[in-house]
Amino acid sequence: MEPTSSPAFNPRIEARQRASALWATLLLLATLVGIVVLVFLLVDLVIKGGGRLTGHFFTNYMSFDPDRAGIKSALVGSLWLMLLTTLIAVPVGVGAAVWLEEYASRGRLMRLVQLNIANLAGVPSVIYGILGLTFFVRFLALDRSLLAGALTMALLILPVIVIATQEALRSVPKGLRESAYALGATRWQVIRSHLLPVAAPGILTGVILAVSRAVGETAPLIVIGGFVFIAFTPGSLLDPFTALPLQIFNWTGMPQASFRELAAAAILVLMVLLLAMNGAAIVLRNRFERNRPR
Amino acid sequence: MQTRDLHFWYGTSHALKGISMDIASHEVTAFIGPSGCGKSTYLRCLNRMNDLIPGARVEGKVLLDGQSIYDGADPVLVRRRVGMVFQKPNPFPKSIRENIVWGARINGYTGSEDELVERCLTHAALWNEVKDRLSDNAYGLSGGQQQRLCIARALAVEPEVLLMDEPASALDPIATAKLEETILELKSRYTIVIVTHNMQQASRVSDSTAFFYLGELVEKDATETIFTRPSVKRTEEYISGRFG
Repeated sequence: MEPTSSPAFNPRIEARQRASALWATLLLLATLVGIVVLVFLLVDLVIKGGGRLTGHFFTNYMSFDPDRAGIKSALVGSLWLMLLTTLIAVPVGVGAAVWLEEYASRGRLMRLVQLNIANLAGVPSVIYGILGLTFFVRFLALDRSLLAGALTMALLILPVIVIATQEALRSVPKGLRESAYALGATRWQVIRSHLLPVAAPGILTGVILAVSRAVGETAPLIVIGGFVFIAFTPGSLLDPFTALPLQIFNWTGMPQASFRELAAAAILVLMVLLLAMNGAAIVLRNRFERNRPR
Repeated sequence: MQTRDLHFWYGTSHALKGISMDIASHEVTAFIGPSGCGKSTYLRCLNRMNDLIPGARVEGKVLLDGQSIYDGADPVLVRRRVGMVFQKPNPFPKSIRENIVWGARINGYTGSEDELVERCLTHAALWNEVKDRLSDNAYGLSGGQQQRLCIARALAVEPEVLLMDEPASALDPIATAKLEETILELKSRYTIVIVTHNMQQASRVSDSTAFFYLGELVEKDATETIFTRPSVKRTEEYISGRFG
């Protein structure tokens, strides 16, 4: 196609299209880095630990005999930890976010609180471990119990849940909020009947991502002194517990190769758990998106 | 409804500069004026919707049946008595029926919900179009139907005054005509205030018209007078399309 415009234009179409194609390739490579690493990791884990994924790996307790060692107490511990952390962190986190978004007046104090919450989300998890150790384990004398672990983890993910919930509430269309107020609804009636239902998918996605982070966390559990060698599953909130990341951490430190195979197998289980949770977050988001107000 | 020397500030910007006006009961009053003239802001002072805006400040009096709706009055009660229909149709993402019933329910309505739904939808001229699909989601309705549903929703809490903020601006001409017809029918039961950008609309539906400019009320008179022989030159210039 010959240019029809004035000679002041120099379209250089080939060069521009080449640059465009080059960028497309570079961006694709950037995407592939992540995927390749994940695939490599999974293949490596399956080769190393795949053989250990037998039935009794899930039903046996920890043992110093690699062939009899299993993850029962760690898996059950992780599931309990997940449940309790969610039960503690969701009401508090969603509650705080609703207050911040819907009740608090905008001012300098609010901005300070907001900034601090954002900062808390970035505090290294090991610090939460120290906090948990000082406050829950020692001061409240909860000892190294499931409850102390869950409270520590709940603190860790609280800022993330607060921020995700605030975002979700902020994305509720203004018209919906106004029309509910215009009918003579109180703040709480608007929140309860309209804001929370519409924000629910966003809140849920944030919660699932936050909880899956907690499930994978090791550092705080090491600091509060989680056990590794536990030959029972927790029967009460105050029972000692162990969790998958702790078990993995322990096994990778063992000199024998067979324990490292066990670690690889346990990592596979943990990864499947995390992928399943992230998958659930995506499915939930897509399902709710259809009924969102515009 | 009356206002006396009503001032309004968004932060430091002085949006309404002393508006005094009497709004006649069981009439349609139209607010016209160029964008940013304060007509919507003024409308939102009448049911305290502006309370929801951070940094907003109101001074002056707004009286409903002789009583101030500020000065310690509960905005929740005010908004029930002074309903509102917004520019963009904004039904709740729920069933048609639920859209009507919710407002009544939260205000402690104890009568028959079926009767309420039929009555409100009939008054909003929507009943015949939706009576067989009351449990369908309101988002399945057309824009014009959604806006009439929003009117029906506002009627369900039995307000005395109905404020409409450019209710037809998102609608096509046929839906607009239908909406205007509905407004005329509602007039006998409610006091209606409508903000509009459309001069023809103001002349078609309203009994009196107020012209706003730069945060001030330029003049208010019977609609016929405003459109044929306004007393202020600026009003005439705006109506004849010389600016705005």
